[in-house]
Amino acid sequence: MSPVAAARPTGDVLLYLNGVTVSFDGFKALNDLSLVVEEGELRTIIGPNGAGKTTMMDVVTGKTRPDMGEVFFRGNEDLTRLDEAEIANLGIGRKFQRPTVFENLTVFENLELALADSRGTWRTLFASLTPERRERIAATLSRIGLAEDSRKPAGALSHGQKQWLEIGMLLIHDRQLLLLDEPVAGMTDRETEETAALILDLAQDRTIVVVEHDMAFVRSLGAKVTVLHEGSVLAEGSVEHVQNHPRVIEVYLGR
Amino acid sequence: MGVRFQAEERGAWNARFWTGFVLAGLVLGLLVPLLNRWVAPDSPFAVPDYLVPLLGKYLCYAILALSLDLVWGYAGILSLGHGAFFALGGYCMGMYLMRQIGTRGVYGNPLLPDFMVFLNWNELPWFWWGFDHFAYAAAMVMLVPGVFALVFGWLAFRSRVTGVYLSIITQAMTYALWLAFFRNDMGFGGNNGLTDYKDILGWDVHLPETRLGLYLASVVGLGIAFLVCRFIIASKLGRVLLAVRDAESRVRFLGYSTTRAKLFVFTVSAVFAGIAGALYVPQVGIINPSEFSPGNSIEIAIWVSVGGRGTLIGAMLGAALVNLAKTWLTGAAPEIWLFFLGGLFVLTTLAFPRGLVGALRYLRWTRPSAPAGAVPAPAGAKEPS
Repeated sequence: MSPVAAARPTGDVLLYLNGVTVSFDGFKALNDLSLVVEEGELRTIIGPNGAGKTTMMDVVTGKTRPDMGEVFFRGNEDLTRLDEAEIANLGIGRKFQRPTVFENLTVFENLELALADSRGTWRTLFASLTPERRERIAATLSRIGLAEDSRKPAGALSHGQKQWLEIGMLLIHDRQLLLLDEPVAGMTDRETEETAALILDLAQDRTIVVVEHDMAFVRSLGAKVTVLHEGSVLAEGSVEHVQNHPRVIEVYLGR
Repeated sequence: MGVRFQAEERGAWNARFWTGFVLAGLVLGLLVPLLNRWVAPDSPFAVPDYLVPLLGKYLCYAILALSLDLVWGYAGILSLGHGAFFALGGYCMGMYLMRQIGTRGVYGNPLLPDFMVFLNWNELPWFWWGFDHFAYAAAMVMLVPGVFALVFGWLAFRSRVTGVYLSIITQAMTYALWLAFFRNDMGFGGNNGLTDYKDILGWDVHLPETRLGLYLASVVGLGIAFLVCRFIIASKLGRVLLAVRDAESRVRFLGYSTTRAKLFVFTVSAVFAGIAGALYVPQVGIINPSEFSPGNSIEIAIWVSVGGRGTLIGAMLGAALVNLAKTWLTGAAPEIWLFFLGGLFVLTTLAFPRGLVGALRYLRWTRPSAPAGAVPAPAGAKEPS
C-alpha cells in the first residue's frame, strides 16, 4: 500500500496547536499537546481511550477552552477566542462520534441547514431555496446514497445512513478543514469500505483529520498517523512507522 | 406509543391553507358580529352582548398561547414567565385608559389618576408621560415587553441557560415583577391595579358597539399573530429553531448563532404576548398585579400542552378549550377547578404528549386506509421539486 496516497501537503500550516493543556478537576485531558496539520493533508489520529482525541477536537471547534497553549487556524485566526459558530464559519467542520443529525427534520432539510449560506438570523428568516441550492442538495443526496429518502425524517434512518447524512452535511458546506470523530463507528464492513473511499475522495480538495480506533480503517486510509497518549503526542509518522514504534506497541497496539 | 417521527406543522402557503384561514376569519369576524347585532336577542342563534367580551378574552388567550408555542413548541424554550409579557402589555394599555378618564375620576383631578391623588402625589411620574396618546401607548405595548424580553433573553441565552433552569428563572422573573407591582410606590396602582376605565379612542368602553370593536380587534390581532408565527416556522429560521430544540450544540457547529436565533424568537413572542395583554385589558376592564402571578404563566403552558405544542392550531384550540372549561367550572363548581387543571396537565403529559391535535393526527395516520408502513409525508414540508 502506498503510504500517504491522498495527502498532498502543500507545506502551509493550516492548523497549529502549541502547548495546549486542558484539565478537568485536576485530570489533564490534554497535556502540553503540540500538533501541526498542513493544508491539504489527510491525518489520522489514534490513541487509547482517554488519550485526549475528542478533547483535542473540542478545543479546535471552540467547545472547550484550553487552560494553556495556543491554537491557530490559517496562521492568524486565534481559535481560543472564538465561539463554536464563528469557528464553523471560518471553515472548520466537525462530525461527531455519535451521529447527530436533526431527527425531526427531513433528510433534505438537514442538508439545507448545512448548505454554505448566510448564517445571520435575519437572512435565515427570509432565505429561499434557489434552483442552484436545490441542485446542490440533490447532488449531495445522490452522493451519499440518500436520494430516495430525502423526505424521510432523519430520525427514521438507520445508524449507517445517519453517519452518511452527517458526512453529507459536511460535504455540502465545502469546509476547508474537516474533523471526523470515529466516522465508521457502528458501521458494517461494507459501509466502512465505502466511507474510506469517500474520505479519500474528499481529501483530494480539503484537509481532513480523522480520529479512529479501527486500525484496519486507519491502514486503508494510508495517511500520516499521530498517536496520542495521556494528552500528548507519543509518535507520528506512517502507519508502518507507528506500528513498529516500541512505545506505541507498549501503550496501545501491543495490548 | 413508540417513537414516531411526526412531521411538524410547518406549512406551505397553498390554496388549502388560505381557504381555511379565510373561513376561520369569516366565522370569527363576521358571523359572531352578525349574530350579535342583527339577530333578535331572543333567537336561539343570538350571541348576547355579555358573551362578546368573553369571546374576545379567549381570543387574547389564543394569541398568548401562540406566543408561548412559538418559543416552547418550536424552539424548545419553556418560558414559565410569559404571563409577565402579557401583563406588561396590559399595563401599557391600562395606563392609556387611565389617562382617558380625565376629570371623571372620583377626585376629578385632570392630570392624575385617582390612586395618585390618594397617595398625595403632586405630579405625574415620568414613565406615565405620553400615555395620553394612543399611538404612543400602542408603541409601548410592543416595546416594553419586547425590550424587556430582549435584555432578559440576552442575559440568559448568552450564558447558555437552557431547559429547566431557564424555566425557573422565567418564573423568578414574573414573581419578582408580581411583588414589585404590588408596591404602591411603583406608580401602577399597587394591589388594585388600574381600573374604572371610561373610554378608548373616544368610545365608551361599556357600550356594546365598543366591545364588538374590541372583539374584532382581537380577531385581527389573532390573525396577524398566527400569520407571523407561521411565517417564522415555515422559514429556514424555523427549521434552525427546530434543530436548536432537538440538538442545540450541533446547530452551533454548523455555524449558526443559536443565541441570536433564540433571542429573536423570544422577543417576537414577548411582543405578541404584550399585544394580547393590551387587547385583553379594555375587554375585562382591569389590570392588576395578579396577572404577574407565577401560576398564570404555568397555566399558559398547560393550554399549549393540552392543545398540542409544536402545532399552532393546537395552541389556539388549547387556550380556547381550557378557558371555556375554566369559565364553566369556576361557575359550576369552583372548588374543583384547580384539581381539574392539574389532572388535565398530568393526563395530557402521560397519555397525549403531543396534545389534542397530536392525538388527532396520530389517529388519522393509523387509520387502516393509510398504506401500511408508509412514512407520513410531512404535511406541506419544503420539498425538493
